[in-house]
Amino acid sequence: MTEYQTNAPTDAETIQDTVWEQEIAFIDSVPRWIAMTFVFVVFIGTWQLVTSFGLVSPIILPTPMETLKDMIFVGQNLATGGYMLVSLWITIQEVIYGFALAIAIGFSLGVLVGETAFGEKAVMPYLVAIDTMPKVAFAPLFVAWLGFGIESKVALAAFIATFPIVVGTAAGLHAADENARMLFKTMGASRMQTLIKMKLPTGLPQIFTGLKIGAVGVMAGAITGEFLGGGKGFGELIRVAASQLNTPRVFSLILYLSVVGLVLYLIVQWTQRRVVFWQKETVGSYDG
Amino acid sequence: MNTAVAHDYSGAPLGAPVYELTQVSKTYARNRVVALENVSLTLRKGSFTSVIGSSGCGKSTLLKIMAGLIPPTKGRVILQNQPVKGPRRDIGMMFQQATLFPWKTAVENIVLPIEIRDGKAAAKKAMDKAHELLEIVGLKGFENVYPNELSGGMAQRASICRMLITEPAVLLLDEPFSALDELSRDMMNMELQRICREQDATAFLVTHSIQEAVILSDDIVVMKPRPGRIAEVVSVDLPRPRTLEMMTTPKFGEIVDHIRGMLDKGEDM
Ligand SMILES: Nc1ncnc2c1ncn2[C@@H]1O[C@H](COP(=O)(O)OP(=O)(O)OP(=O)(O)O)[C@@H](O)[C@H]1O
Ligand SMILES: [Mg+2]
Repeated sequence: MTEYQTNAPTDAETIQDTVWEQEIAFIDSVPRWIAMTFVFVVFIGTWQLVTSFGLVSPIILPTPMETLKDMIFVGQNLATGGYMLVSLWITIQEVIYGFALAIAIGFSLGVLVGETAFGEKAVMPYLVAIDTMPKVAFAPLFVAWLGFGIESKVALAAFIATFPIVVGTAAGLHAADENARMLFKTMGASRMQTLIKMKLPTGLPQIFTGLKIGAVGVMAGAITGEFLGGGKGFGELIRVAASQLNTPRVFSLILYLSVVGLVLYLIVQWTQRRVVFWQKETVGSYDG
Repeated sequence: MNTAVAHDYSGAPLGAPVYELTQVSKTYARNRVVALENVSLTLRKGSFTSVIGSSGCGKSTLLKIMAGLIPPTKGRVILQNQPVKGPRRDIGMMFQQATLFPWKTAVENIVLPIEIRDGKAAAKKAMDKAHELLEIVGLKGFENVYPNELSGGMAQRASICRMLITEPAVLLLDEPFSALDELSRDMMNMELQRICREQDATAFLVTHSIQEAVILSDDIVVMKPRPGRIAEVVSVDLPRPRTLEMMTTPKFGEIVDHIRGMLDKGEDM
């Protein structure tokens, strides 16, 4: 038997702690909101400097103050139910209908392409081909087919947003691994059961990624549609303001429009958190 | 040479034949790989059999054929007097990964086979049984936990329960614990032995560990590759129930050495 020696210090000894200063990067010690405010202030400051020293013409770039004033004006018009609210509501409708349509078509096509061999072999190549085209170029066609009303904008918005949803759904349906497939086979699951109880839930993260990209595209589609196809939406307001060289108005309209886009994106993200509750937060989400 | 046809089991009490494989061959059409050639094998009720062999010698292929997941190219597979022509309820299977679904709690995962076969109502009725099973494998209190919160070993325990919920007559296990650390693996193996004895289940285990094969099995099927076939069936006449201490006995060492010798020879071929 050997005596075990321990490292316990005898009374005579004192322990030297091996604690050392750990370097913490400066940015890690700064709260996020301070860092973000910093960037905001630098941005506005540069803007103010550039405009107040007359480096660019006020027609090209208004001062931050002018923009803010106009934003307040537009905000009042929106809040009091003025003509801008009517326009905004038209655009919001286009976005909602366009997104709903894109989800319905994109999801169905995604299932067709992701689940059936026929879809993958015969349909997917066409989808890829169309997807590589500049979809905005189809806008005049939609106007010719559907007129200058809301329909042509809905169509373009849906057209742009459909493809990411198809891709997301198809990729999602392929996400289940060999083990899960084999397991369902051993349980005697039908194709429908495998799809609904395994492949779709497994693919939800990818499907939602497609929806998020689609949500961004649907906004772009609606506004482009309004630029190219007239009507009475928010895009038309922007176009008119720009043609009158009312740059502050253009800026503030864009800012309000981006709020709509952001809300749509956040709704999708919120739904994702609810539905795909098991998914770990990934890089790119804004709550650390 | 096939020494595996209905050979004599020394010592262990013999049950009736459960699985009977006769001259089973498999050639994968895609790449013309002959994965199995003339494999004949009989598993008796309540016996524990392991398959061991180098990587690619057709172990998983054999298991998939037995499970009715893929058809053999030639040969006959009979389970409980019925030819295997697809997945069956009396077969329970487990893979290297636990494969629990993250949107279902532990119990919900366990009753999934029932849900798929008999619907939601039947699955609900099976909940009590699932709770019992979880208790057996030491997961009491984790019934309503989502798989994200389970360790690798706990997840494998839950997947054992999922395999057992349909009360299968045979358990087909493809390296079920090889992703676990050695300590949990030993524990899981002892647990597996206990469960098999309690349920009087017939077990067929694919493994890469000679020790694991010897400590668990009545018979060890040693396979050799290209084409995959049976080299020898080694009987293990250590008394039951097995304990981890048996790993230090000379007898255990002898059998391990014998199998290691066989496998080394296989490498040269
Ligand atoms: N689906 C398949 N299609 C074509 N060939 C396959 C397929 N599955 C396996 N094979 C081939 O069949 C042979 C046996 O494979 P198998 O997976 O049964 O081996 P294994 O003994 O389980 O190997 P491991 O110990 O690595 O798991 C290998 O040569 C492999 O390449
Ligand atoms: Mg294998």
